[in-house]
Amino acid sequence: MQRIKTFLIAVALSAAAPAYAAGGHALTYKFTPDSNNVQSAQRGARNFMNYCSGCHSMKHLRYGRLANDLNIPEDLLKANLMFTSEKPGDHIISSMPAMEAAKWFGQPPPDLTVETRMRGADWVYNFLMTFYVDGAKPSGVNNLTLPGASMPHVLMDLQGVQVKVEEKAEGHGEAGHGGGHAGPKFELVQPGKLSPDEYKKFVADTVNFMHYAAEPGRNARISLGYKVMLFLFLFTILAYLMKKEWWKDVH
Amino acid sequence: MAIVPNPHKTTGLLGWIDDRFPLTKLYKDHLSEYYAPKNFNFWYYFGSLALLVLVNQLLTGIWLVMHYKPEASIAWDSVEALMRDVPYGDLLRYLHSTGASAFFVVVFLHMYRGLLYGSYRKPRELVWLFGALIFLVLMAEAFAGYVLPWGNMSYWGASVIINLFGAIPVIGNDLVIWIQGDYFPSDATLGRLFSLHVIFLPFVLVALVVAHLIALHEVGSNNPDGVEIKKHKDPKTGIPLDGIPFHPYYTVKDVVGVGVFLIIFLGIVFFAPDGGGWLLEKPNFTPANPLATPEHITPAWYFGSFYAMLRAVPDKLLGVLTMGAAVVIIFFVPWLDRSPVKSIRYKGMLSKIALTLFTISFVLLSYYGMQPPTPVGTWVSRVGTVIYFAYFLLMPWYTRAEKTKTEPERVTHAAH
Repeated sequence: MQRIKTFLIAVALSAAAPAYAAGGHALTYKFTPDSNNVQSAQRGARNFMNYCSGCHSMKHLRYGRLANDLNIPEDLLKANLMFTSEKPGDHIISSMPAMEAAKWFGQPPPDLTVETRMRGADWVYNFLMTFYVDGAKPSGVNNLTLPGASMPHVLMDLQGVQVKVEEKAEGHGEAGHGGGHAGPKFELVQPGKLSPDEYKKFVADTVNFMHYAAEPGRNARISLGYKVMLFLFLFTILAYLMKKEWWKDVH
Repeated sequence: MAIVPNPHKTTGLLGWIDDRFPLTKLYKDHLSEYYAPKNFNFWYYFGSLALLVLVNQLLTGIWLVMHYKPEASIAWDSVEALMRDVPYGDLLRYLHSTGASAFFVVVFLHMYRGLLYGSYRKPRELVWLFGALIFLVLMAEAFAGYVLPWGNMSYWGASVIINLFGAIPVIGNDLVIWIQGDYFPSDATLGRLFSLHVIFLPFVLVALVVAHLIALHEVGSNNPDGVEIKKHKDPKTGIPLDGIPFHPYYTVKDVVGVGVFLIIFLGIVFFAPDGGGWLLEKPNFTPANPLATPEHITPAWYFGSFYAMLRAVPDKLLGVLTMGAAVVIIFFVPWLDRSPVKSIRYKGMLSKIALTLFTISFVLLSYYGMQPPTPVGTWVSRVGTVIYFAYFLLMPWYTRAEKTKTEPERVTHAAH
């Protein structure tokens, strides 16, 4: 009996262990994208076009679709968001030549259309938050979320320069829980154009836009879903009443 | 016995048709005068639900193929495009991708029902064999379909599975190249998997489903008591006393099951189509890249149990054989069960313990098959694999050794 118990406990524990590990390297910042905040996504589109689209494409998203979904009038779209193309029906393609980019960075900057679906919106948020100075890197910066990233800190101008502070585990109680990786361990040594709060908001807007771009149909799908559910509940109730009626004579 | 046209003597337009094609006969034989036991319970919804999911897969598949491009350089892009530029294209895709998982959920429960109530016993051996073949073809169909989006997990999943054939001695490596049409999964591989997925396998699948139903309707449905309703017929009409016409009784009942099923199924389609990474895996949101292996190559959840068995065996060839045997052994169940009774309700304690252990081990195997390998996971998988096979291989012994209860003469049924 004791053996069976031990076995069951072992099974339960081993089932729980990978669940912890699945999170991988715990992310420093928590972030949940907001797909209903159109203003945030609009600002994010502006941020993306100004700071990201020089190198990164969103080749599965059309300018026109973006403008339509995010309530951006066509003249504003053309004046502020379209740098590489004239036609709203075009996809968002960066002007950086992939072959050359591969030579400059080791690999061409990835297309970001569905980045938040591949990595998770919280991962992208953390990536943009956790650049720090690292003299050993050609770009002068490294990234806590994606160590060894070849991307330079494009937003350093806005965020400022931060260094990684090696923090001991003591600050984060829970012994044996790989202490020390929760909570930011960065120190801003040179402020940027934006305050830390403004920068967080800037990144949040950008990621909200990327979250939209990863699945433009998300909101329409969810809103249709509620209608379908309402219908199905009524349908199932009626179907159940019909079944009851028919089965009255089965004894 | 010669075929007599229009045995039901219909007239008018219907009569004209019935003189030439057995329309009324088919309707009566398979629906309005197909007598099913009146004591079906919860477990009996999953047959009709499997049919519903099959139709869902066929219909959404037809529309997906209209927009999908089976060419390695643009396949992934075409899937993104169909989700963005085709009206309701995202729903078509989610219905199909979630449908694949739903198919396995209902088929697993449908097969489990068979194990519970001995639905494979004489005279239903062929019903079971056709069903086991459907399961086999379904696995091939799901694998081929999984590769088509040509995401990175598709690619590496294809690579791992096709390379299993490399374990075969002597011809293994050449066989892998022959299957792939290349030295690694490539456009040639994608083309043939596309062909199999949209033409050959669905065709075989539908044919097997028809055979499964014909065989079932020939011998009649089993029921939770595992007793034959045909033993007690009304002397005047020849209708089984415990039988009720499939239509309307079970059609109206199955419609309720369909409603409940759709609430769950469409709930996932509309509100969580990624299924938290279980239905649409994160690495598949990046196109196939032969140079970048995903951190953990995991099979789809429905292959988890078999994959766990593969990994539980230290030797690759033996592992592949074990995995194959795990599917093949299902075919032999009708001849392994030697119990005097069919249903678990009247079987003895040994059968109940065996089925419980089998259930637990199958769930654990499915779980560990999807996890990165760990020493504990490997050992649980080994124990699980042994239990899985023991359930089948010891069946001739424990079904005879145990003391069974007496089956009732008629089905047990409390009127609702």
